[in-house]
Amino acid sequence: MINLFMISLGCCAFLCLFRIARGPTASDRAVAIDILGIMVVAFGAFMSIKTGKEFYLTTALVWTLLNFIGVLALSKFLENRGFDD
Amino acid sequence: MRENIGYLFMLVGIIFDAIGCIGLIRLPDLYNRLQASLKCVAMGTSLILIGTMIIAGFSPVGAKAFLCLVFILIISPTTEHALARASYIAGVKLWEGSIIDKLKEDIEAGKKE
Repeated sequence: MINLFMISLGCCAFLCLFRIARGPTASDRAVAIDILGIMVVAFGAFMSIKTGKEFYLTTALVWTLLNFIGVLALSKFLENRGFDD
Repeated sequence: MRENIGYLFMLVGIIFDAIGCIGLIRLPDLYNRLQASLKCVAMGTSLILIGTMIIAGFSPVGAKAFLCLVFILIISPTTEHALARASYIAGVKLWEGSIIDKLKEDIEAGKKE
């Protein structure tokens, strides 16, 4: 059951990769990268249920915070402002 | 029994994730794609983490799933808002079928003052 869930999550991540490859502007790619990070969090939850080990969810927690910092920095960069104001 | 309830939540979450990703492919411009992709976060991954919490119960896995859920629900709308505003200011065009543009009115009103 959980293998099936993981395969379908992989298909969703493949759709996100398609948008990263095709996206007309840089903002489209930033949105797709954000959603791909969210998919990785869901994948960590699945792996944690499948194996019973908790460090996958720790990785997912850290991934959430780093994704936040990354996309926020990317959006400031897109706005043509510096990183330090 | 508890595992089956958790798997049911996960199934609904996967369906929402798939709908969000299809929207990310099919919709015409950036702002519509943002609107579709936030469904993928707010319903999809949240329901998957709630299913994890139900299956794991009161254990370290469940507690970390709860923390992840809270962080995702706080962080993700913030980033999407910042990204939408930044790309509007950077000059990403709306789709030609769009009929309303409130941010443009706000920016013009700000310039007049």
